[in-house]
Amino acid sequence: MTDKTVIIGLEIHCQLNTKTKLFCGCSTDFQGDEPNTHVCPICLGLPGAMPRLNKQAVLYALKVAKALNLTVPEVSEFSRKNYFYPDLPKGYQISQYDKPIAEKGIMEVDDDEGHPKNIRITRIHLEEDPGRLIHKTSRDRAGYSLVDYNRSSIPLIEIVTEPDLRSPKEARRFLNKLRSTLEYLEVFDGEREGSIRVDANISIKGHNRVECKNISSYKGVEKALNFEITRQRNLIRKGQRIEQETRHFLEGRGITTSSRSKENENDYRYFPEPDLRPLRVSGWVDDIVLPELPDARRERFMTQYGISENHARTLTGDLKVANFYESVADADSAIAAIWVADILLGEINYRSMRIDDVPTMNIADLIALIRDDTITDKSGVEVLRVMLDHCMGDNVETCEMPADIVTRLGLTKAAGDDFTAVIGEVIAANPNAVADYHAGKKGAVNFLVGQVMKATRGRADPKELNRVMADALKETEE
Amino acid sequence: MVKEYFFEKTDRTNAFITRLGLAMYEETGGPLEGKGIAVKDNISTAGIPTTCGSRILAGYVPPFDAHVVTRLREAGAAIVGKTNMDEFGMGTTTENSAFGPTTNPHDASRVPGGSSGGSAAAVGDGMVDMALGSDTGGSIRCPAAFCGIVGLKPTFGRVSRYGLIAYSNSLEQIGPLGRTVTDVNTLMSVIAGPDPRDTTAYDRPYTHTPSGEIAGMKIAVPEEFFGEGVDPAVAESVRNAIGKLEDAGAETMTCSIPSMAYALAAYYVTCTSEASSNLSRFDGVRFGPSVETKRSWHDEFRDHRGTLFGKEVQRRILLGTFALSAGYYGKYYAKAQVARENVRKDFLRIFKDADIIAGPTMPQIAFKLGEKSDPLSMYLADILTVPANLAGVPAISVPCGTVDKMPVGLQLIGRHFEEERVVDAAFAYEMEVA
Repeated sequence: MTDKTVIIGLEIHCQLNTKTKLFCGCSTDFQGDEPNTHVCPICLGLPGAMPRLNKQAVLYALKVAKALNLTVPEVSEFSRKNYFYPDLPKGYQISQYDKPIAEKGIMEVDDDEGHPKNIRITRIHLEEDPGRLIHKTSRDRAGYSLVDYNRSSIPLIEIVTEPDLRSPKEARRFLNKLRSTLEYLEVFDGEREGSIRVDANISIKGHNRVECKNISSYKGVEKALNFEITRQRNLIRKGQRIEQETRHFLEGRGITTSSRSKENENDYRYFPEPDLRPLRVSGWVDDIVLPELPDARRERFMTQYGISENHARTLTGDLKVANFYESVADADSAIAAIWVADILLGEINYRSMRIDDVPTMNIADLIALIRDDTITDKSGVEVLRVMLDHCMGDNVETCEMPADIVTRLGLTKAAGDDFTAVIGEVIAANPNAVADYHAGKKGAVNFLVGQVMKATRGRADPKELNRVMADALKETEE
Repeated sequence: MVKEYFFEKTDRTNAFITRLGLAMYEETGGPLEGKGIAVKDNISTAGIPTTCGSRILAGYVPPFDAHVVTRLREAGAAIVGKTNMDEFGMGTTTENSAFGPTTNPHDASRVPGGSSGGSAAAVGDGMVDMALGSDTGGSIRCPAAFCGIVGLKPTFGRVSRYGLIAYSNSLEQIGPLGRTVTDVNTLMSVIAGPDPRDTTAYDRPYTHTPSGEIAGMKIAVPEEFFGEGVDPAVAESVRNAIGKLEDAGAETMTCSIPSMAYALAAYYVTCTSEASSNLSRFDGVRFGPSVETKRSWHDEFRDHRGTLFGKEVQRRILLGTFALSAGYYGKYYAKAQVARENVRKDFLRIFKDADIIAGPTMPQIAFKLGEKSDPLSMYLADILTVPANLAGVPAISVPCGTVDKMPVGLQLIGRHFEEERVVDAAFAYEMEVA
């Protein structure tokens, strides 16, 4: 239940999926490459190198600003955030401070009672990522750390909300919707490691605020906030004071700890970046064409495909799933909704597969088999599992067509009459159940039907089978 | 075709930090073909050590050329070496160098001025005809005046700063030094122009042939340039020089720059603030002498920087860090920007009526070595040069006689992107006294 005394605000850092870095031409596509292979004098911070702003990153930030209803001021400005750290090549991060690229927006999200509410967005600003420290072994034993600058100067946007969130669940819903919006805008790749990092501010009304830094998953945000609420409540109950501080979330243990680092006391000494001219891009916003966003797509799915709101919500929450659904909906949109939302997503999740790993052609085939009554739902699940178990991700060839699996395993749905022999065997083998049935326990028929289903591996149509079974039982009545 | 250039001149003034006895140049048919050019040691040169006069960059060899160096090579120049300077450009005498002071070619007991003192001394002593310097608050014009040569600080944005190791980004420009206005004009035409890597640079190439024709040119003479602290003998030399410009047909008028009262303060707050940030990258992690990694990075950075930066650099980093700190930003940095805007407005107002502002480059002749050991008195010597940097306008220093056998510089300041007029005025003076 929503608790009005819990006050949560989020700062979300998202990597933009531009081709090149924010201030140089180095490629951002370094996943899996050797450290320090995507670097140049600019992102290494060599003396004399100067930043050159990536226009694509600016356009991406404006796209997000427009989608979240922010205002883009006529002039914005880059500033330097000064601090020392070994992964920060220049000794400052080029960021934005008092003149961000966009201000004052709104995103709607459902509260814990399911009512829509507006979360105010304070600002969006553009900044560069620092490099990354790699501790080979335990730092004390190795005596050194390594620095990888491949990540240095990857473009980030920081999205800051007002303290409008009232529960950890609400925060998580907000993040899920934000992520899906960013994916719809095609400015963000949620599957990249470290693509999103969240700082969460949380307080109990009337008490000091605590900042939980660098949480790297949505689940983590919810966990950290839950932990903090309990921790802060306990302190309040014991009459203790809540320190205004920065805490770190330990993902593995699900707890936050006081960081007490020097970082805490940093005075970042922001001042305007003299190597970049002020940004005048408010005029670009009108030319940005937004794609259909999650809310609009959900509405469309409901009207165009006649599916339930729940199904539409599940299917549109992830851009790739939504696209997947639309490419298999032709066969039968209602059956497709059930099979994608209720069955397929669970099965791929269980196998740690991604929706991209599943060829739409195969699922369309499966949906047609169900639609045409060629196989039972139960057989359908079996076919799907057999298929997914042998699907090798990007190799479509390895994914056997459902129709072939049906033939190979002999799963074509059979009429009830075809099972007369099996029914006879089941009735003969279970005299007690038959007696129960005749004694008026009509439920006993379900057991007998179940036995037949088991023996025929689900190929029998349950309705048909029920009819034939009832007939057969009548015959046993003396 | 690559050709060899032997550079065997004796360095009497300690003008060079790095000398190339054998320099190479390309037969490009460019305006500098076969010319030996010296480059200030804060301008990146691929394959040639670049130290900024600091121990903290010992052993650093840039992997890339500054834009201006690329332009020099394309013009056929032979880069003969890297010249001495006040560490990171922080000084007015070239005494603040880890490589020892450079001396004045006219008098070895005096400083050559700074911070581009090595470049000015190399030209003044005849080792090269032309050199590149950089000017943050007078660092080209001051040594040009002290060494009796010509030096031009271009409009902010006319020359790419890509590859210039930043001291104060919003103030500084790379510019030419030479024995004559013509040489300075030639070097300027080579280095000016757009560079996509410096997005604060404009697409304003420089293709000018100096003309001595200045009839009707309006020259404003600010009373503040002849005020307190200006040596009367220097003032007289400069007034005589302005008289020569009148002889050549220019009209003079007096004017006032009231904002000069705050110019020096605005300048030092701005440049130290920017420097405190710019110099943060010298942490020993990626270049320069390496740090001992078995200690905590925090201790190591502190000791590394505390040991390898010189006193004046440390002083300015501390000043700038203070000026940007929470609670002081509004009092210092923000106020300095207001004062700076006022200087710019004063210049724009004067330039409504006048084409050129004229006055002394430096209030005195070259100091004796060690004379300006008190930092504040050294800072005060920049009073006449910093306004042009604050306003971003072009300014040249051209020799105009001597006082006590030491050269005096006439400073001519022009409108934004009107280097051509500034050069014409200087050229007219040069012809008038020839």
